[in-house]
Amino acid sequence: MQAIQDKEGVKRYLITLYVNGDSYTRVVKANTLLVNVLRDELDLTGTKKGCELGDCGSCTVLLDGKPVNSCLVLAVEADGHEILTIEGLGENEKLDPLQEAFIANAALQCGYCTSGMIMSAKALLNSNPNPTEQEVREAIAGNLCRCTGYVNIVKAILSCAQQPEGGSE
Amino acid sequence: MYLPDFDYIAATSVAEASRLLASLGPEAKILAGGTDVLPMMKQETIAPKTLVSITRLDGLKAISLEEGRGVVIGALCTHNEVMKSSLLQEKYLSVCETAHRMANNQIRNIGTIGGNITNAVPSADFPPILIALGATVTLQSNSGSRSVLLEDFFTGPRQSVIRQDEILTEIVIPVNGFNGSTYHKFGLRRSGALAVVGVAVAVVMEGDLCKDVRIALGAVAPTPIRAREAEALLRGKEINDALLEEAGKLAAAASKPISDMRGSAEYRRDMVRVFTRRCLRKAIDQGHV
Repeated sequence: MQAIQDKEGVKRYLITLYVNGDSYTRVVKANTLLVNVLRDELDLTGTKKGCELGDCGSCTVLLDGKPVNSCLVLAVEADGHEILTIEGLGENEKLDPLQEAFIANAALQCGYCTSGMIMSAKALLNSNPNPTEQEVREAIAGNLCRCTGYVNIVKAILSCAQQPEGGSE
Repeated sequence: MYLPDFDYIAATSVAEASRLLASLGPEAKILAGGTDVLPMMKQETIAPKTLVSITRLDGLKAISLEEGRGVVIGALCTHNEVMKSSLLQEKYLSVCETAHRMANNQIRNIGTIGGNITNAVPSADFPPILIALGATVTLQSNSGSRSVLLEDFFTGPRQSVIRQDEILTEIVIPVNGFNGSTYHKFGLRRSGALAVVGVAVAVVMEGDLCKDVRIALGAVAPTPIRAREAEALLRGKEINDALLEEAGKLAAAASKPISDMRGSAEYRRDMVRVFTRRCLRKAIDQGHV
């Protein structure tokens, strides 16, 4: 990673992020957080900022396929890595099945936790296409929602699970 | 919430990281997962001038079985990597179960086992079970490498024997005869909660006979501690319920908990009794076969 010193003597770093399949090269400072690059530099404001301490999960993105809090990842540390945000789900005008399921099940009220919630759910379904309710609840345990009581969120995620082999009973 | 300014250096080897930490002094801190360092910097609890990132040291990311040494866990393994390691699941499922109960999925994907130890937070989850299993940690610097029994690593809350220029590179669980082990974390929620009381037990059972036992307590003293009187009571005895209750009482007496928003000292002490008894029962039943 290339470091450049500006006139005031502040070091800046040239990084390349692979976000939602596109490559972006940006100059960042050491203290720039991944969430701020996504929101302020790339205009990907679907990723939210809540507690900014790693408790609430509203800034969840997938880093190399794994859900992480983008408020706790330095942009320089994400250099060269693949990032998937809520904007990377679905194709063109077509929503991801998870997004459709959240709408169909009324799994959101204020909507602030939703993008992080969906990213955690996406990671779960990618690695475990047919999770149990317990596994769903565990996967979203790092995503706090103060409106819904979680019931419809769990329902929405479970509705996207593949049918067990041999079909439903 | 923004981070204050700091200098960032990505180390390419343990030797380089050690050299940097030695020359920059206490104003430099190691960045591994960052799940502890970055929130503390945001909250202005600490203000390091430089973060020396060790995240690119891929040699510290493996979990392997080494002849004559035991199970070696690289310090940069994340909690989820520990949880999913098939080697650990086969050898020490209790360590995987411990990882599973930590923080939440997002944090488990970046937080590291080395960080959980070096932070030396009294309520940390990995230390009790690793102490019960007799683990050592390897501390490496440019003046050499030393192995420290994890039990002797901690000196106080957020304090340990690690020197400024040292990097914790691996955790070694030596070959041992333990045939039962478990960690029970009592937290206020199932997820995203610190331990109010953490109890770990490892046993060597021969039928009903307890050949050896180790009990380690977390979150109830300035550092993780062994409950040695309780261990001595059980060692070499045929186990029965009355003995386990007595061991629980001795472990509670060995604890020195504080009162805080998560629980009073009295409550914590009584929970040490309860969870020591339960952990012993579970570990003994595992080892009984």
